[in-house]
Amino acid sequence: MSVTFERKSDTLIALLSGEIDHHTAAEFRESIDREAEMLRPGLLVLDFGGIGFMDSSGIGLIMGRYKNAAAYGGSVRVINAPPMIERMMKLAGIGRLDVL
Amino acid sequence: MKSKAKNEMKLVIPSNSANESFARTAVAAFMAQLDPTIEEMTDVKTAISEAVTNCIVHAYRDTIGTIWIEARIYDDGRICISVKDKGCGIPDVAKAREPLFTTGGSERAGLGFAVMESFTDKLRVRSAVGKGTTVTMEKRIAQRYRHDG
Repeated sequence: MSVTFERKSDTLIALLSGEIDHHTAAEFRESIDREAEMLRPGLLVLDFGGIGFMDSSGIGLIMGRYKNAAAYGGSVRVINAPPMIERMMKLAGIGRLDVL
Repeated sequence: MKSKAKNEMKLVIPSNSANESFARTAVAAFMAQLDPTIEEMTDVKTAISEAVTNCIVHAYRDTIGTIWIEARIYDDGRICISVKDKGCGIPDVAKAREPLFTTGGSERAGLGFAVMESFTDKLRVRSAVGKGTTVTMEKRIAQRYRHDG
């Protein structure tokens, strides 16, 4: 797994690549939180374009970042979610949190 | 009538989280002989990943135990997979199967059983507190017919 970051004004884009499961989610989480805590961006964009597999740990990852961002007034958006990932997000009702 | 499996596999692993990837990949490699679509294969991999994660996060929380995975394939294209642990067991299986219910902390979505149910055709959960849990899943892989000539 790897995460690379891009910053555009008040937006932090995290480009995720690899597979997300309970094991790797911890590494993704630490990496994203470290950067987001430092920059406190108005918008955190999670780019799933490089994710080849994700179980529900990925949903936990999104929900956790959403809560963290909301705590300091920021928001989270998920982009480039493959159809499989969107299916799971809808199962979780994450579409209703307006992150997709 | 109970049909006979045409092939089967067994995998026994310790509940290290690094084995989540190994477990789903091993079952996916086994089911490849059914010639599944990528989507069917991903469905099964996701369901296995959820079942194994439950063993690690819940059944053997803060400990390392053994996980038994068995898969059988049948002539009609079905694959049946069981994931068994001898961990703490689930006091209320119906509650545990509700979407968004979790005892796994704020980073867990509580979707494990919902995903297993949605991504396979049949899900059965048998659990006894203090004895362990066995999750059995079944999925039918669409048979594609060969056009020769």
